[in-house]
Amino acid sequence: MFRNLLSAAIFLGVASMPAVARAASPSELKPVKIDLPDSDKMFPAGPGSDAINNNCLACHSADMVLNQPALSKPAWAAEVNKMINNYKAPIAPEDVGPIVEYLTALKGTK
Amino acid sequence: MAENGAFHSMVTRRRLLATAGAASLALSKPAWAQTMTDLPLPGGPGARPITNDFPQKGPMILQRTRPPLLETPFEVFDKGVFTPNDQFYVRWHWAMIPTDIDIDKFSLTVHGHVNQTLALSLNDILHGLPSVQLAAVNQCSGNSRGFFQPRVSGGQWANGAMGNALWTGVRLKDVLDKAGVKPGAVQVRFKGLEEPVVSDAPHFMKSLDIDHARDGEVMIAYAMNSEQLPLVNGFPLRLVVPGWYATYWVKMLNDIEVLNQPDTNYWTKVAYTIPDTPHASIKPGETNVKMVPISRMVPRSFVTNLASGQQVKTAAPTMVRGIAFGGDGGVARVDYSLDRGKSWRQAQLGKDEGKYGFRQWQTQLTLSSPGKYSLLTRCTDSNGVAQPDTPNWNPAGFMRNVVESVDVTAV
Repeated sequence: MFRNLLSAAIFLGVASMPAVARAASPSELKPVKIDLPDSDKMFPAGPGSDAINNNCLACHSADMVLNQPALSKPAWAAEVNKMINNYKAPIAPEDVGPIVEYLTALKGTK
Repeated sequence: MAENGAFHSMVTRRRLLATAGAASLALSKPAWAQTMTDLPLPGGPGARPITNDFPQKGPMILQRTRPPLLETPFEVFDKGVFTPNDQFYVRWHWAMIPTDIDIDKFSLTVHGHVNQTLALSLNDILHGLPSVQLAAVNQCSGNSRGFFQPRVSGGQWANGAMGNALWTGVRLKDVLDKAGVKPGAVQVRFKGLEEPVVSDAPHFMKSLDIDHARDGEVMIAYAMNSEQLPLVNGFPLRLVVPGWYATYWVKMLNDIEVLNQPDTNYWTKVAYTIPDTPHASIKPGETNVKMVPISRMVPRSFVTNLASGQQVKTAAPTMVRGIAFGGDGGVARVDYSLDRGKSWRQAQLGKDEGKYGFRQWQTQLTLSSPGKYSLLTRCTDSNGVAQPDTPNWNPAGFMRNVVESVDVTAV
């Protein structure tokens, strides 16, 4: 509730701008141990989904791929080839075509 | 003109509709309710989860889980010029990120074309060298990539892949002097602890020219906003390169190599390059363009207290506030226009926290008659460089800094 009121006040322009003082910094660091979340999201089922799930999810989760805009088939082919040539993704040659087809079917330009 | 994207963001909740606005997001995070935001990217998709799952982080826009890409919700930028650590954006290249840092064993190695190889402990860095502080914006090269048209591949960020912090650390120059740079050094290469899953993939490394590395401003930071860095922002040490894009701000920095030859590694020579043209802009499809490494940032400005689609009262004073930054030069002025750029008026600037940081600006304006208005904002830096009024385009989606606009209706 407080946050809502504050927000309203900011909108009306009556809240003062918060200033951060040049404060002290830590003289000692504390050790950090965390667990990063993972994603179990798979690519939606369809022709080629096994190829993309088996080859791509070892290095990155599916979410950013699914967030991409519609791209042309050559653009998707360029992406897959960038993964192989620049980032050394160990994708079997026979899987490249199905992965490109899958991406074009899912997120191709119409 | 560009839509000032993030302001369109409609926060929705799958099970609780309409009760929670963006402002209350930070306070309400029941595990059973997945909160979503909708980034207004042309052609979509714009739906992204708001995640609270990352340790040491508050609510963030989830662009990718692994390796993490987390965007700062835009309303955070209205709170002040310093971006809170727990909502500072996050961007990693490789998935093998150490999650357990033993501060007694951590060591920063300085080697290569130097008189003496160093292995500095965190104690050596915190207590053995003079500490310095500097406010500086850290912005992803591809911040706002999602607004490029035609759209390009990559992290589909709205405007929240940026943040400003007060960095505390030691000068890189002091560390290099301690090792003793030999004559003939040309560049300095930086490497952190992140590693690719595939072992022969290129380890993430970036280089700066030797004179830049020794300019006394480039810093090895151990604190941001007076606290140790969140792990996903680069704990325990992060390179700070004021005025330059974040690709150079190597996280979990543990290796500094002085080179007597120009760096040819993938991340310096091939990745993160831009067309060598004004605004790094080319026509879509244009080829045979000379490419150069991205470097200095360019000025930007945003409205932070009004969102596109919002209503304001006709014939009454309306306070408008935002942030601006000059890139590698300070903010000289912020102007706004209500007539699509025909005429501009100057906004008041807030406190100067340093030329590399965000600067708040504000103005009071009165919309005399009902109707729709586009509010344009334009920052001019201290070198006289102003934001362009047309968007740039390049295939990587880098360096967007077009004049922004917020569309409001006077009622």
